[in-house]
Amino acid sequence: MSKAAPADRLSPALRTEALEQLLVERELVDPAVMDKFIKTYEQDVGPLNGAKVVARAWTDPGYRAWLLRDGTAAIKDMGYGGPQGEHMVVLEQSDEVHHVVVCTLCSCYPWPVLGLPPSWYKDPAYRAGMVRTPRRVLREMGLEVPEGKRIEVWDSSAEVRYLVLPQRPPATEDLDAEALAALVTRDAMVGVAEVAAP
Amino acid sequence: MSATSCPPGPVLEIEGVAAPPRANGELVFAEPWESRAFGMAVTLAEAGLFTWDEFRDSLVARIAAWEADHASGEEYRYYRCWLAALEDRVVAAGLLHDAAVAERSARLAERPAGHDHPDDHGHGHGHGHGH
Repeated sequence: MSKAAPADRLSPALRTEALEQLLVERELVDPAVMDKFIKTYEQDVGPLNGAKVVARAWTDPGYRAWLLRDGTAAIKDMGYGGPQGEHMVVLEQSDEVHHVVVCTLCSCYPWPVLGLPPSWYKDPAYRAGMVRTPRRVLREMGLEVPEGKRIEVWDSSAEVRYLVLPQRPPATEDLDAEALAALVTRDAMVGVAEVAAP
Repeated sequence: MSATSCPPGPVLEIEGVAAPPRANGELVFAEPWESRAFGMAVTLAEAGLFTWDEFRDSLVARIAAWEADHASGEEYRYYRCWLAALEDRVVAAGLLHDAAVAERSARLAERPAGHDHPDDHGHGHGHGHGH
């Protein structure tokens, strides 16, 4: 921070407080509305939403087909929509191809199904490395993709948000959608992990 | 951004064993001010004071600027870029003049240690004090 302009030396906490005061005084921001947004994304919306979408796709072939054809509508059918989820595209993992999602420019992320992004997703090393050397970055994150399997890296654009539909783990035929949803992790829905068998 | 003032209700249903969003063991915001900066951007965009695409453009520019030039060893902080982008948008939209935030911040910085919110507006929720 040493070479920043003097104003930038003020801590971000202070600048944020100042900005909020000014906007509230001018009645541009209603603190109650703002608190509600924060609470929603801090506490209520998270990867469980996406996990339920995945579990339904695993147990309902018709829903799976719809999800892959029109992700936005199929996800909205589960009640999940709103900012950063207007144009959802769902990528299905297979034995031939492994999908992984990144946002190289600014960390776009499908909030309605995954909540807000984890720190590693926002990290410059992930954003740059996943495009250049995806196999290596995935290995560093603990996922070994077999040499014969193709890796496709999807860079979120201004319009599109991606959700990865992981492969259903073996020996889960007896599990219902609720039990399956509990197995699905956020990382699997970004494409940096697989769903492990229970 | 959708036109509604808040996300649809069913999103808020919490059920099942993996209570969101800490199911993967990580807090969404590292410091309280980050959540305030997040909330302000979403609130202003939802109110139509700028578009989300405009905000995103500013965020992309701020992140690119940080990556092009920052002090060696300085840790990347996403929400610092977010806050800078928010200030850019607020000024560009004519909501505040460009020195307003710095002036108010400087005034807030002069508060004695252990101050008890002399300027608070009585809305009674936590601000992001980092000091």
